[in-house]
Amino acid sequence: MDAILLQILNGLDKGSAYALIALGLTLIFGTLGVVNFAHGALFMIGAFCAVTLQKVLTLSTISIDPEKKDFLGQPLKVETPYVHNWFGEATGSSIIEWSVPLAILFAIPVMMAVGYAMERGLIRHFYNRPHADQILVTFGLAIVLQEIVKYFFGANPIQTPAPDTVSGSIDIGLMFGFAENAIIYPIWRLVYFAFAFAIIGAVFAFLRFTTFGMVIRAGMSDRETVGLLGINIDKRFTFMFGIAAAVAGLAGVMYGPINPPNYHMGMDFLVLSFVVVVVGGMGSLPGAVLAGFLLGILESIASTAWATTMIPGINQIIIYLVAIIVLLTRPRGLMGRKGVMEE
Amino acid sequence: MSSFTPNRRSLLKGGVALGAGVAAPTIFTGQSWAASHAYTNAPQGGSVTLGFNVPQTGPYADEGADELLAQQLAVEHLNGMGDGGCLNTFSSKALKGNGILGKKVEFVTGDTQTKSDAARASAKSMIEKDGAIMINGGSSSGVAVAVQGLCQEAGVIFMAGLTHANDTTGKDRKANGFRHFFNAYMSAAALAPVLEAELGADRRAYHLTADYNWGWTQEESIVASTQAMGWETVNTVKTPLASTDFSSYITPVLNSGADVLVLNHYGGNMVNSLSNAIQFDLLNKQVNGKDFKIVVPLYSELMAAGAGENIKGVLGSMNYNWQLDNEGSKQFVKSFGEKYGKPPSNSAQTCYAQVLLYADACERAGTFNPCGVVAALEGFEFDGLGNGKTLYRADDHQCFKDVLVVRGAQNPTTAYDTLEIVNVTPAEQVTYAPNNPLFGGDEASLGTCNPGA
Repeated sequence: MDAILLQILNGLDKGSAYALIALGLTLIFGTLGVVNFAHGALFMIGAFCAVTLQKVLTLSTISIDPEKKDFLGQPLKVETPYVHNWFGEATGSSIIEWSVPLAILFAIPVMMAVGYAMERGLIRHFYNRPHADQILVTFGLAIVLQEIVKYFFGANPIQTPAPDTVSGSIDIGLMFGFAENAIIYPIWRLVYFAFAFAIIGAVFAFLRFTTFGMVIRAGMSDRETVGLLGINIDKRFTFMFGIAAAVAGLAGVMYGPINPPNYHMGMDFLVLSFVVVVVGGMGSLPGAVLAGFLLGILESIASTAWATTMIPGINQIIIYLVAIIVLLTRPRGLMGRKGVMEE
Repeated sequence: MSSFTPNRRSLLKGGVALGAGVAAPTIFTGQSWAASHAYTNAPQGGSVTLGFNVPQTGPYADEGADELLAQQLAVEHLNGMGDGGCLNTFSSKALKGNGILGKKVEFVTGDTQTKSDAARASAKSMIEKDGAIMINGGSSSGVAVAVQGLCQEAGVIFMAGLTHANDTTGKDRKANGFRHFFNAYMSAAALAPVLEAELGADRRAYHLTADYNWGWTQEESIVASTQAMGWETVNTVKTPLASTDFSSYITPVLNSGADVLVLNHYGGNMVNSLSNAIQFDLLNKQVNGKDFKIVVPLYSELMAAGAGENIKGVLGSMNYNWQLDNEGSKQFVKSFGEKYGKPPSNSAQTCYAQVLLYADACERAGTFNPCGVVAALEGFEFDGLGNGKTLYRADDHQCFKDVLVVRGAQNPTTAYDTLEIVNVTPAEQVTYAPNNPLFGGDEASLGTCNPGA
């Protein structure tokens, strides 16, 4: 029982990342009708916003310590971050330690700007082209973006640790009446789940309870009619592209302490996120979220020893197996709408 | 006196002979036939071309970049430039800094992408288009085995870079291929005594293993050596190579009764699995009345950098570390450090040593002919390249030398001393029989050297 609960928690955690990426993908598909294969790259750029902020905060002055030697036997160059000089060592260290949460504030405008530039600079030229063209151009863009990141940051993963106060694990089993040490879980992964839940809630609330969101929903249902009412729906859809980019970026920022960012991390999530969108139903935002969490949980449970012993290799195929079963039984996905991608 | 009377048979014979003569490439009939076609890519003119096949793109691009820096440094030293590097400390004095056999050393590079097919294609291109006479480099055993096979067929020498699977000089060994880097068996043999001394002989180990050839041989070797000293193996779980989040593989460890986690992972897999294990506070746990421990059998400097503070206290093994205190190592670190501003990685050192060893073998053999080079390298004992006394064993073309057991440092002062040397395991302790079952047993054979052409 404890083992299953732990795997469900792992699944919710993985599902959080899948759901956030799939949510952005669905928003873009639902508003602009574009199949965006560069969305994984936006997740990766978000993670590198945290890396960049960490590097900025650790920019240092260099002094020579004659007492210590470097690897060549020369006096050691000691780096002291500027924030230590400006705010004192204790406060400066705290600022650096909190670079990932602080990166959220940094990433929102950066990611919206990246999304805006992507949509205006490239993707809008492909609105009236076949989906195959859109896939090719956005996949190419994803490769260009990851090579740019690799050029500046290298191919090696870069640690972006969580602040000390939310590092380590807690015994959450005790809170729910389980024995001591039965369900120990990393705090940051719980933070990630809560964060994903908040972001998903905020996006749904924005679409549901604001006038802007109402127009977007109307545009997603019938773009032409909304246009005939004199509303510049394209401008609003461009803004939604920026929102989708920011959602993917924030998912990336917060993912850094779970697995250190590297230039390829977007590609690792891309295919899975598309499967999530298809299983959830093309164009369905609740479907994307539901499928994200569902597939995350199934993937985790399929990785357990008893599952792999019973069906060897199930951990590698479970997501695709579920996709096949769902598409055979519900061709529009779990919550897909009639008429989307069916012309 | 005989007279020539043409008949149908003699006309046919003459026709065949004439046809064969016309059809043969003119180079077969040229005066240089013996010189240029005694072996593949025999150097013409005043230079000789080496092929450096390293990952320039993909997840190991940084490791490949480091290898390339070392290879360029080796070429510089062979051509008499720079400070001469390990030519000053190498026990063989055949190299004079005037190239190889008086020919200036030039090089071409290829991108393995850490994919076997891409690595073969780039090596093939360097051999066929650029005339490379030796291929060196790489960061994966899959790549090494694939390129080694190609070099054997093409008739050029392969001086492997970073490849740690037993198979490279085990069941897949080839006469034209040589490995300076250590292997999974050696890691296990070096680690076992240290693990016993530090963790005791009564431990229960849980293995997470990358599900491909290198992972399997690593797991097999560590299981064999730890069980031999009394450890119990609780479970061995294969993880897909494409895994990024290992939480679902780590959580079963928590309640498995294991008190040691062995991560048979490399590169990004290792960085992520170790980071995940630390997130679950494994190193702060007590199981069976003992402190829980994590072991990473194969370390590299880049992995240590990627894993950051998570490696503190974690034991592993290495082929080389710049902190080694011998004349060859000091000289290499000086040459590399002064030129590039950082100490060399163990993949850089193995590539540097391999280039020098190849050049030296050519000098001692007096030829670039691969069969001459093979004969010169087989059974060659040397020192002064950074690892101490080393033997290139004739039976399998594997180098035997001391193996380092290292641990993540608790208080590193710079980005370069994140690993500290715990033990230098003597070569004798990691030596095994050429027909060891883990290396293909009696079936494994080098075959014969192929000069190509």
